[in-house]
Amino acid sequence: MANLNPTERPAAAAGADPPGTHAGMVSRRPPEHLPATPASAGRTGLAVEARGVRKSFGDQVVLDGVDLDVIEGTVFALLGPNGSGKTTTVRILSTLLAADAGEIRVAGHDIAREPDSVRAAIGVTGQFSAVDKLLTGRENLMMMADLAHLGRADGRRRAADLLDRFDLSGAAGKMAATYSGGMRRRLDLAMTLVGAPRIVFLDEPTTGLDPRGRHAMWQIIRGLAADGVTILLTTQYLEEADQIADRIAVLDHGIFVAEGSPEQLKARVPGGHIRLQFTDPQQLETAARLLANAGRDDETLSLQVPSDGTVATLRALLYRLDQHTIDIQGLSIHTPDLDDVFFAVTGHPTASEDNQR
Amino acid sequence: MTAAHAARDTATMLRRNLRHMQRYPGVPVMMVMLPVMFLLLFVYVFGATLGNGLGHGLGGRGVYVNYVSPAIILLTVASSATATAIGVAIDMTEGIVDRFRTMAIWRPSVLAGHVLGSMIQTLLAVAVVIGVALLVGFRPTAGAAAWLATVGFLAMITLALTWLGVALGVVAKTVGTASNTPMFLILLVFLGSGFVPTASMPTGLRQFATYQPFTAFTDTVRGLLTSGPTGGHAAVSAAWCAGIAVAGYLWAVARYNRGPAQASAQ
Repeated sequence: MANLNPTERPAAAAGADPPGTHAGMVSRRPPEHLPATPASAGRTGLAVEARGVRKSFGDQVVLDGVDLDVIEGTVFALLGPNGSGKTTTVRILSTLLAADAGEIRVAGHDIAREPDSVRAAIGVTGQFSAVDKLLTGRENLMMMADLAHLGRADGRRRAADLLDRFDLSGAAGKMAATYSGGMRRRLDLAMTLVGAPRIVFLDEPTTGLDPRGRHAMWQIIRGLAADGVTILLTTQYLEEADQIADRIAVLDHGIFVAEGSPEQLKARVPGGHIRLQFTDPQQLETAARLLANAGRDDETLSLQVPSDGTVATLRALLYRLDQHTIDIQGLSIHTPDLDDVFFAVTGHPTASEDNQR
Repeated sequence: MTAAHAARDTATMLRRNLRHMQRYPGVPVMMVMLPVMFLLLFVYVFGATLGNGLGHGLGGRGVYVNYVSPAIILLTVASSATATAIGVAIDMTEGIVDRFRTMAIWRPSVLAGHVLGSMIQTLLAVAVVIGVALLVGFRPTAGAAAWLATVGFLAMITLALTWLGVALGVVAKTVGTASNTPMFLILLVFLGSGFVPTASMPTGLRQFATYQPFTAFTDTVRGLLTSGPTGGHAAVSAAWCAGIAVAGYLWAVARYNRGPAQASAQ
């Protein structure tokens, strides 16, 4: 459950819900691509430029025509559930996997024709630890410095810098096998940064981290962005994308279903919803007629009522139900999370294979 | 990608692998233990009888230790493929190789680093095994030149077998598979002239034993160390090594460049 920072809530969420907003929540909207680039940016302003990227494994279509523009110096988040194609996208953009179709330029180089020029410009931290566990933290960084063809003194300085910046100086002489998950993740990212890449790909950088580790990782990513590094990251959490990304693309079964700034996306799910649980279909029917803007689920006998989740609106809702003598079995309050964004832009819940067409 | 970069990247990978051997000495220790065990078994348990068979009833243990020691040395060399395959497979199953793949480095350096590391490890293991053989009565008659030739010859075989080991490590889906598939090389030492003369074997087996590479390897090492004839065995060995090395290299690099064995489904 994501908790959006209250100060960052879109204005719409604070007052009454605008009536037109929820019509789209129950029906599938066509994907809406908001303009990604100012017209003046042109080709040179793009760190990543992808058109019509397709990839299948056997008869399983993983990416079904993805277009992607990432402006230099921005943080771009690919948001989606497991199996939506996030990791495949990162693996293709980082030259690990060849796309079946599509045109991709990374750092201005065609990925199929000049993979080594792309590799020289990027840094990649995958989902699975890519540190050498039998080397110490410092040795791992020195190895990366050697592979980046830095001089001995430069490499040592760079390693010391990164150890310091990532709070690993104390463990620099210990084997990475002894590191905690958070330390290993930081070392992983530090190794990615040794060669000072202009574009960094991060595949679920905070998965498996505790809240403290997650916040530390966000700080690091913000710091990189402040230095002008372009970052493309994947995440399953709206909160995370909201916290660190300039733009978010929502990926669902290999296609982008929505793209925009965190504010634009959140405006589509103003304030989340209240879920009402019924025992009796008759009661559900009455309530659904009363609350016309609610999403209805006959299978589970529940209603999803758009709401900002404040006590006042909750009280008003209960009062209304009471007045019409509608009994509810249970109620839960949901602040907007990935599920809401998903529901809003696709009309179906996340990660449910049954909903796959 | 210049040759200097290729050399530098390979040296970086070699340093990495040498550190691994230092920190995780299980594989190097196994490489010494296995041949030493066979040496002691064959010298002290079977040695007297087998030696008598070789020396027409008069040889005994002393004759057999000289006969079997070259085979024990080759057993050590053969196990280098196993050690290499394990090291490569561990790399391939962890995230680090994906990291290397996304870097602008000389691609085969990851594999070449394993080969060079394994060669160093194998030659050190061979030195220890020869030391033990000397302790239990091995009395080579080779001079300095013959010793030098032996070292060069063993290095050539190791180079070929480690590239084969790299290939077997790259194609293995698990580390367990990688530690099993190169075992047939150790069997080849037995199914040749290593422990008994091939002439004593039944026809089908004898024909196989005569023409398989380890017979040529064993006969060459035995000839060099005991001042016997090496005949055409050295040339045959060189041809085998060239073939194995080239095939292993091409197979390994092709599979490595093709990308991860198990494509991620998401």
